[in-house]
Amino acid sequence: MKPFLALARADIAMYLSNRRALVVTLAAPILIAAFFGAVLGGAPKKPSRVPIAVVDQDGSAVSKRIVAAMKVDSTFLVEDTDEPGAVELVRKGKARAGVVFGPGFGDAAAKALFRPGAKKPGITVHYDPSQAVTLSLVKGLLSQHVMGAVSTAAFGPDATGRVMGETRRDVEASSDMDERTRRDLLALFDSVERIQAREGNAGAGAMPGFTMPFETREVEATAGANRRYNAYAHSFAGMGVQFVLFMGIEFGIAVLLMRRTGIWKRLRAAPVTRATLLGSRIVSGSAIAAILMAGIYAAAIAGFGVRIEGSIAGFAGVLLAFSLFTATFGLLIAAVGRTPEATRGIAIVATLVLVMLGGAWVPTFVFPEWLQSATLVVPTRWAIDGLEAMTWRGSGFDAALAPIGVMLAFSAAFAAIAVKAFNWEE
Amino acid sequence: MLQATELWKSYGGRQAVAGVTLAAAPGEIVGLLGPNGAGKTTTVAMLCGIVAPERGTVTLGGDPVGAESSPAKGRIGLVPQDIALHEDLPAIGNLRLFGALYGVEGALLEERIAAALDLVGLADRAKDKPATFSGGMKRRLNIACALVHDPEVLILDEPTVGIDPQSRNAIFANLVALRARGKALVYTTHYMEEVERLCDRVVIVDHGAVIASDTKAGLHRMLPATATRRLEIEGMVDEETLALLAAHGLTVRGETGASLEDVFLHLTGRQLRD
Repeated sequence: MKPFLALARADIAMYLSNRRALVVTLAAPILIAAFFGAVLGGAPKKPSRVPIAVVDQDGSAVSKRIVAAMKVDSTFLVEDTDEPGAVELVRKGKARAGVVFGPGFGDAAAKALFRPGAKKPGITVHYDPSQAVTLSLVKGLLSQHVMGAVSTAAFGPDATGRVMGETRRDVEASSDMDERTRRDLLALFDSVERIQAREGNAGAGAMPGFTMPFETREVEATAGANRRYNAYAHSFAGMGVQFVLFMGIEFGIAVLLMRRTGIWKRLRAAPVTRATLLGSRIVSGSAIAAILMAGIYAAAIAGFGVRIEGSIAGFAGVLLAFSLFTATFGLLIAAVGRTPEATRGIAIVATLVLVMLGGAWVPTFVFPEWLQSATLVVPTRWAIDGLEAMTWRGSGFDAALAPIGVMLAFSAAFAAIAVKAFNWEE
Repeated sequence: MLQATELWKSYGGRQAVAGVTLAAAPGEIVGLLGPNGAGKTTTVAMLCGIVAPERGTVTLGGDPVGAESSPAKGRIGLVPQDIALHEDLPAIGNLRLFGALYGVEGALLEERIAAALDLVGLADRAKDKPATFSGGMKRRLNIACALVHDPEVLILDEPTVGIDPQSRNAIFANLVALRARGKALVYTTHYMEEVERLCDRVVIVDHGAVIASDTKAGLHRMLPATATRRLEIEGMVDEETLALLAAHGLTVRGETGASLEDVFLHLTGRQLRD
């Protein structure tokens, strides 16, 4: 046991004694996680508004009402401009979309409300193809504001004389309309006019028109009430996994360098078993990985508001299982690698693929569905999902069991392959 | 006594060692010579228990030197050809690690470390990292790491490569001191003058087999006798002696007082340059 501990202790002491390398190893993931976290939304705060350009070529009461409604909508940050200006803003990425209300939009929209066969006025939406998802958002909210404004125009007292009068005449003159439909529509107009007359006499003002028959209440599905999603929780999980795996690579490369320098020969000449030589590397590698992850999360907690909202034991379990995985990953590299130079290049590429598929750079939910399923066989996916589950998702210990189990299984497999493939001949 | 008997080892289809037999007795330095690829490194690896021979045995005092953790391995010290030190550990940290691997601990370990550092002249640099050492200092620490468990046998694989004459001289002094303490030493090198100076017996291997094994004098006797012999005479030779040689029909073709290394050491001194 003494040689085992001496080897593990020496590895840890050597790693920690190189202060400059240690600082860089810790600083790099923290800086990059801070960047990714900020890009992905940062710490809990109000959602940012979507910048859009609006062009009102109509200038009608309807179009003005729509623009006014969009301006008070907290989703949008509206900028008035002309159509070339709107296109330019979108093209330069300063607006997500440019909405253009053409001439005559207000009148045509109100008429089209009651006449299915009438020509519907168009709204042109210039959008940024790199952010196509915004188009759906703009169209959805635009529908709400247009319906409100057009129905107000159709049913409001100001519009009754003109819009409803014209519509009534069209219905009465229509030759291809079913008589029962004509009668019901005219009765509807009569009813609206009576209500408007009564509301007007009572001084109640204009009818509001159609409004959304519901209100949404947005509640983040996080660890609990008043617990907000923190994008840094994802970025620190991803970057922590990535850079600790890089440490694992260097730990494996160190064995290849020991072979080259003769240290490995000296270790082999000592009366220690192969299990001691490899086992001590696993223990020291796991310890260093755990220290690094703890340091990275300490920075995340202290500086970026990340909290372990779920099971602390689960978090520790995921972290330790990932640390063991890192150490066996390094051992595998030491076993199958030939020269340090060639092995380092290949191992870095393999690690980048692992962390990319694991969702370290972008969350896995943006992956195509088939890729989301396929990446379930990637151990880094389980590491990142496990860390996220124990932080912002606030899951219990049971949610940590699967990630821990998968990483332990991968660790066992890597260790077995490494022991089998290790070159003991000098 | 370290005894290797009929060692065989091949890698792939290449026969690296084919029936090597050699022995090193306490208080003896045995030189292991051979051209590149002769099988020296593989032989050394088998002597240390790093590589298991396909056939043959290695014993130390009758105990087999096996692979992995056989106790006899703990009585052998290896000085690898490369400088096998952890650059990020201080000198004393390296010694503690390699001592602990041999089961030495506590006060005994500290005592052995002090003795090893003292022997190689690095006692005042114990807390410094090898990265700050000269090549000669690293070579000496390389030797100290093999001594910290006080082995009965020390196997040195080209321990003086790339160092200055002062350090080499100091290493030779260390090795002679170890021989005087009754250690058995196996010394591989390409430098014939080192063998001439240090070794009591010489084993020459080529193509994986021992082609000669004898004392230096015994090896010299293997050369065919000739009418002309070259004599090296150490000490002062006066004119009278030279005249006496001439009277016996012997011709003095040239005179030299010392080797170039003697001149170099005379001019620069024998003190270590650390």
